[in-house]
Amino acid sequence: MKCKDALQQLTGYLDGNVDEELKHMLEVHLKCCHHCQVVYDTTKKTIELYCDGKLFPLPNRVRERLHEALRAKWDARSKS
Amino acid sequence: MANFPQTGLAKDEAVLVAEAKAGSYDAFEDLVNRYEKKIYRLGLNLTGNPEDAEDMLQETFLKAFEHLSDFREDSRFYTWIVRIAINQGLMKLRKRRSSKEVQIEDGENDDGEVIPRDFADWRPNPEQELQRTELETILQDAAHSLPMTFRTVFFLRDVEGLSTEETAELLNLSEGAVKARLFRARLRLREELSKILKRG
Repeated sequence: MKCKDALQQLTGYLDGNVDEELKHMLEVHLKCCHHCQVVYDTTKKTIELYCDGKLFPLPNRVRERLHEALRAKWDARSKS
Repeated sequence: MANFPQTGLAKDEAVLVAEAKAGSYDAFEDLVNRYEKKIYRLGLNLTGNPEDAEDMLQETFLKAFEHLSDFREDSRFYTWIVRIAINQGLMKLRKRRSSKEVQIEDGENDDGEVIPRDFADWRPNPEQELQRTELETILQDAAHSLPMTFRTVFFLRDVEGLSTEETAELLNLSEGAVKARLFRARLRLREELSKILKRG
């Protein structure tokens, strides 16, 4: 397998959407190609960083403002 | 519209939606509690601005409250909320920038080749080495170097966990276009982050 072909399959491989034969070919290629292994590892890390639940927390002040606005809207509808 | 599989979570969600429609504020608040963090994060990632993200969060759930009776329950509640949030986010961006920048179809070719240029290993644990706010800034800057269409597809698929089918339907794209943009977005984000997170 050439690097260009491995790269084309990278996103399917990350999602677990490649068949067993292709998966095996990719894994053989990644073992012997440092560049493709780095691209695979760092692309996977890219997704993990953006998914990290500790990042971009919802501030309490923002949450409280949201719930106050929703409660006010709900109460206003109940009264009408 | 497609029928998505009913998971255990979706069944609970359907009960909450039914109760909220019947007039239970507790049920509606439970739905808000479940998704408010995700919608706020989506807002930050789409707009890159905490004030816009806060407005987007508030307007999304107020609209959801107003239009709850219109929700037909043929998709997940979360997908419906995300659709409202995306529309709110795009409106925010259009107010701040030229409309050309914020169209989902921004004219960039899906077929062009993406060639990785940086093959350096990264520091093993950037999330432990860097301050949280510093890492958040790095991630947001990288995301905002991408055209709107690419980052929207990336955040919906990879971060919010929507399926290719759901993402395609939300953004009025073909499934092929979603896959192509996800591929390009992942590699371009990786390339941007490599500039900062590589060793040495």
